Amino acid sequence: MKSLAELAAIREKMQGKVVLREGSGDIRVVVGMATCGIAAGARPVLSAFVEEINNRDLAGKVTVSQTGCIGICQFEPVVEIYEADKEKVTYVKMTPDKAKEVIEKHIIGGKVIDEYTVSNI
Amino acid sequence: MKELSLNILDIAQNSIKAGADTISVILTETQDTLTICITDNGCGMKPDFLEAVTNPFTTTRTTRKVGLGIPLFKLAAEQTDGSLTITSKHESDFPVDHGTVVTAVFRTQHMDFTPLGDIASTLTILIQGSPDIHWIYTHTTPWGDVSLDTQELKAVLGDVPLDTFEVIAWISEYIKEQYSVFNK
Repeated sequence: MKSLAELAAIREKMQGKVVLREGSGDIRVVVGMATCGIAAGARPVLSAFVEEINNRDLAGKVTVSQTGCIGICQFEPVVEIYEADKEKVTYVKMTPDKAKEVIEKHIIGGKVIDEYTVSNI
Repeated sequence: MKELSLNILDIAQNSIKAGADTISVILTETQDTLTICITDNGCGMKPDFLEAVTNPFTTTRTTRKVGLGIPLFKLAAEQTDGSLTITSKHESDFPVDHGTVVTAVFRTQHMDFTPLGDIASTLTILIQGSPDIHWIYTHTTPWGDVSLDTQELKAVLGDVPLDTFEVIAWISEYIKEQYSVFNK
């Protein structure tokens, strides 16, 4: 069984890393989590982003946050990617698989996946 | 909504937006009922807004004139012959003890009962999104209980944030393990 002692071990392990996270947030992934987003499947999309960002060791560079209704409910789940000095990219009709692809090609590779963006609808 | 845990995620967003610093999600189950009670100490609603809040054309959102969160939750309860009630105290009238309580009762044996689904995902997403809020979760059933209190976790974690991936992953497993003990 999971115990609080395990959590204490995580604390020991993480304490050094916390400092590294201070300057984080070069790239911001924002997932729409209003009723429309949740009903359309935003929860597994958000989980996929959080998980994959950790798997690829991007936590220091990429933050994942949640927002309310972005205003294009028919295209939910909607994900916005903000990057300093770049134009915001809005991905629509997202799935956990597409989320992994966005991390691979856009966040790591630096190339926007045009076919998933709102401008391509 | 395919799972009640998605409704919970949705309704709790209202509590977050109301500026609550403590939100509790309390599930109480009997042999044939499930009561979901979401309580917050946010700004609350004024009586006229409260009265209109189950109407889909009442919303705080600015992008659209409809709000379906509470109507959908109400529908999910009523389609099982259950009910939804909301009580609220607005901060202008109750400067100290303001907040909102949303209570939904479901008949679990009813054909149209929506399963709870992935509550661990709902909780981790809520905590990841608002790590500064004090989250309390309990699910009491005749077969066993599940609970989580982020204040207790914070006491152990010290200055390691709750939204650290390792912590979120631990919370998810912690919840799932508690359920696995008595899962029917």
